[in-house]
Amino acid sequence: MPSLSRPLSLGRRLRNLCFMGLCALAAILVLAPLGAIFGYLVYKGTGSINWAFLTHTPRPVGEAGGGMANAIVGSMIVLGIGSMIGVPLGIGSGIYMAEFGGSRYVNVVRFTADVLNGVPSIVVGIAVYALVVLPQQHFSALSGGVALGIMMIPTIARTTEEMLLMVPNTIREAALGLGIPQWRATLQVTLRTASKGVITGAMLAFARVAGETAPLLFTAFGNQFWSLKPDQPIAALPIQIFAYAISPFDEWHRQAWAGALILIVLIVVAVAAVRVVTSRGNMVNNA
Amino acid sequence: MGVGIEVKDLNAWFGKAQVLKEINIKVGANAVTAVIGPSGCGKSTFIRCLNRMHETNPEARLTGTVQVGDINVYEAGTDAVDVRRRIGMVFQKPNPFPTMSIYDNVSAGLRLNGYHKRRELDVVVEHSLRMAALWDEVKDVLKKKSGASLSGGQQQRLCIARALAVQPDLLLMDEPCSALDPISTGKIEELIFQLKAEYTVVIVTHNMQQAARVADHTGFFLMGKLIEYDKTEKIFTTPSDKRTEDYITGRFG
Repeated sequence: MPSLSRPLSLGRRLRNLCFMGLCALAAILVLAPLGAIFGYLVYKGTGSINWAFLTHTPRPVGEAGGGMANAIVGSMIVLGIGSMIGVPLGIGSGIYMAEFGGSRYVNVVRFTADVLNGVPSIVVGIAVYALVVLPQQHFSALSGGVALGIMMIPTIARTTEEMLLMVPNTIREAALGLGIPQWRATLQVTLRTASKGVITGAMLAFARVAGETAPLLFTAFGNQFWSLKPDQPIAALPIQIFAYAISPFDEWHRQAWAGALILIVLIVVAVAAVRVVTSRGNMVNNA
Repeated sequence: MGVGIEVKDLNAWFGKAQVLKEINIKVGANAVTAVIGPSGCGKSTFIRCLNRMHETNPEARLTGTVQVGDINVYEAGTDAVDVRRRIGMVFQKPNPFPTMSIYDNVSAGLRLNGYHKRRELDVVVEHSLRMAALWDEVKDVLKKKSGASLSGGQQQRLCIARALAVQPDLLLMDEPCSALDPISTGKIEELIFQLKAEYTVVIVTHNMQQAARVADHTGFFLMGKLIEYDKTEKIFTTPSDKRTEDYITGRFG
């Protein structure tokens, strides 16, 4: 009987090594752009980040100093409005697709979500411009939020659906068998069981739209001063970065880099914070 | 206190396939009734008809009447949610809620029906876990450990505790031991025996020794029909139908 513990042949060890090497290389190639972008942003942006950058509004051309405080806060407001629209609608339609699969409208909803996912962001911007900005007669934070919210819906809806479909049917039966009404069983048992994945989907959608510029150009529009009013034009980091980056001034270029770095840090912080907050109260299997 | 069950002319379908044919049966209160029969004979469908879990399958259909205690289960005005609240069910595979602690699992039926009095919940949780013979094993980790972190046998006892916590009149068990080892099975059988002081229990089982050990009455199902229903002793010693005899002696099934 051949021994199973005999040393591996040289050929096999080589092939093994070669394959491991390829896998490692692929992993590095995937991570490299992220590392490069982040590293370059830190290199270019850190120098211009100071207290004034975080607390002041932009100065006129030629004047030194000034910052992006209004754009940072503006981005948060627009993203907040967007999330208030996109998260409930996305999760709601995800639940509809996963839990009411018997209905023939499900395929219509799923198809619509997939098409919406493929609509270029500038087109969403134009649509919101026509539907919200024109009737309102002016640009507004609200319309920016609507544009971002619409863009969040398909990602959240499809991940919610996928995650709910992964919850075993036995869990639904357990809840129904206890005499829990269907709606409560769906929200507090099925959705809760899938919450980790659903939150990941919502965060992905959030991070994706946080950097969107095109739909904000003719909705939120941007401005150069403090504004917290949802019915008025509002500054947002991507617009500000865009405006500064294409300007001819070195000072503005440096601020654009700093703004980009702040945007990425904000996204990372928001995603991490949501994860920490929502993981409370939920049990990990072996905790 | 347990309640009796009376089933009349029960027929059930999945799509076009008829899985139960003209079932008539009366089950006494505070007794354990076993339902045996080969795979696909309709045993599980039968008990799922008792608490209206059958209809959770969109293909499902049924005719006939089911009376459980004072509830006419399929009467027009009866709410399926109310029926399930009063008829507990334990499933074949242990299915604790994975994201909830042991405490939250046991109290889920009450909490998710809007019942939140902390101190009373504590009492119910302890009582239910004691009834399910799980209290001593988990009392120190009630809120620290997830229901899914327990062993298979413990999970099934947790599911029994969860079903008992809503204080049902009737407990349905769908092959509760089929995924468990003999020691856990023994614990659950002992438990079933004690439960009949307070509950009526209907248990589906593939294991005929189990039926013989725990049940007062046994019903034998074959191809959607109730072939024979009698005292367990009679079924296993002197069955009146040839098919019952063939099945329990292992000639088929």
